[in-house]
Amino acid sequence: MSVLVYTESDNGKFKKNAIEVAAYAHEVARQLGTGVTAISFNASDPDLLGTYGVSKVLNITSETLKPFNARAYATAIANAVDKEGIKVVIVSSSTDAKFMSAILAGKLKAGYVPNVVAAPESTDPFVVKRTAFSNKGFAHTRISSDICIIGVSNNAYGVSENRVTASVETFDPGVSEADMATKSVEVDKVAGKVTIADADIVVSGGRGLKGPENWGMLEELAEVLGAATACSKPVSDLGWRPHSEHVGQTGKPVASNLYIAIGISGAIQHLAGVSASKVKVVINTDPEAPFFKAADYGIVGDAFEVVPLLTEKLREFKAQNA
Amino acid sequence: MKILVCISNVPDTTSKINFTEGDTKFDSTGVQFVINPNDEFGLTRAMWFKEKQGAAVHVATVGGPATEPTIRKALAIGADEAIRIDAQPTDGFFVARQLAEVVKNGGYDLIIAGRESIDYNGGMVPGIMAALLDMNFVNTCIRLDIEDNKATAVREIDGGKEKIATTLPLIIGGQKGLVEESDLRIPNMRGIMMARQKKLNVVPPVDASPVSEDIKFEKPAPKGAVKLIDAGNVEELVRLLHNEAKVI
Repeated sequence: MSVLVYTESDNGKFKKNAIEVAAYAHEVARQLGTGVTAISFNASDPDLLGTYGVSKVLNITSETLKPFNARAYATAIANAVDKEGIKVVIVSSSTDAKFMSAILAGKLKAGYVPNVVAAPESTDPFVVKRTAFSNKGFAHTRISSDICIIGVSNNAYGVSENRVTASVETFDPGVSEADMATKSVEVDKVAGKVTIADADIVVSGGRGLKGPENWGMLEELAEVLGAATACSKPVSDLGWRPHSEHVGQTGKPVASNLYIAIGISGAIQHLAGVSASKVKVVINTDPEAPFFKAADYGIVGDAFEVVPLLTEKLREFKAQNA
Repeated sequence: MKILVCISNVPDTTSKINFTEGDTKFDSTGVQFVINPNDEFGLTRAMWFKEKQGAAVHVATVGGPATEPTIRKALAIGADEAIRIDAQPTDGFFVARQLAEVVKNGGYDLIIAGRESIDYNGGMVPGIMAALLDMNFVNTCIRLDIEDNKATAVREIDGGKEKIATTLPLIIGGQKGLVEESDLRIPNMRGIMMARQKKLNVVPPVDASPVSEDIKFEKPAPKGAVKLIDAGNVEELVRLLHNEAKVI
């Protein structure tokens, strides 16, 4: 009864979350006294997973499965579960993994718990801690099905090395024509830019920035930090920034190591969406802004003065610590 | 075209979250319940299909009689008929199984649910339904156009978006972008009066067992006080982020 982990890759290279879920799977397997098998699609360096405790990699090489396809990937993973006698599947909390995992849960009649933030509290039955109520609370969830699927929150568990030698096998996905009835036509993605989901640091702007023309200074700050840029709900509603940058309860969740909120007052919905971030910095002219109550560090001041200065100081810091 | 919009009855986004009965239940005391925001974007897009393409729009929810004000609101916004599956929504699998039954019996071409509910955040109901019904499915959908039985959808992906071509019958996991915030409708008096006359069918649940259960809840640990840094001394912030917080 091995543990199966779905390790995502982008253009053949494993994503950061693939390493996180592999490390998590290793811990689950340790608790169960078993090994970890990974499943990957068109990975160019599958044996790399050995570093993180994966002893076997089922690598699917398929031209038709080069673009992500949730239903077809779910079919392939369900086939792997069946063939390998898997009881536990570990997945990430990326947009693609959540899309795929729900279909997989339906296929396998498996209990699926996403947004898990810690190693299992128990494995018989499985009990895991996850976020709920849009980060306003946690739930301890028990899974009663024969097969379970655990979705690990981004940046929640951490990465640890557990070197083993990974054997790599080619796996036949067994995908049907019906699985391919949802086709990717076009992907519109800024190349080389850190995404909110993957970022260690997120720099976020609110209405306090007064207009889309003022985002340059925020982007400069993000560049110095290697951060992703994000925004509050009103900013995306006003069309200053794209929807994909909206973070909060109805937008994207943020679970970065550092979240810098600039000109964001901190509505309860926004705070919920970003509360999983480890360290929060707020820069706001209004000392009464609710965000100060939720932040670790704060500067009461005008963003138009503070942000360029902060960028400059960080640039100096980076130069000294390079 | 026949559309089913799946609605979850959730605490309003401004709600303070508390737990009761030894932290085993959500405390709904004083909480205002609303249509799940992700579902409301879908319902509003469905209204567009009704008005421009002559679609019939039904809404369905899994819940007790207490969910009826939320269902009536969906009818007041313009849905034609409602179905309430009379059962407590115990987990995502159970809810998906109930809704799948409604879809099977109703002959729907398009099923719109939300990407996730803002209370339990499972985000699995439309995907499980798609697997149970063997239907096409697009999640985190931010644009949807339908012509005959062809659908063009745009979905949000990490760091961008993806355009997808597929066919009906189709299940959608919707979110903001499907319509804009400014497109959302507040029911008017005429809509509210008409909603009272519309059919709200209460149906018994089909036999299904949940596969997961929340056995205990907790609130996040209270936050320590913010450390304020003078606006003229930003190098101090850099120092703290490096030495104390160790994030840069």
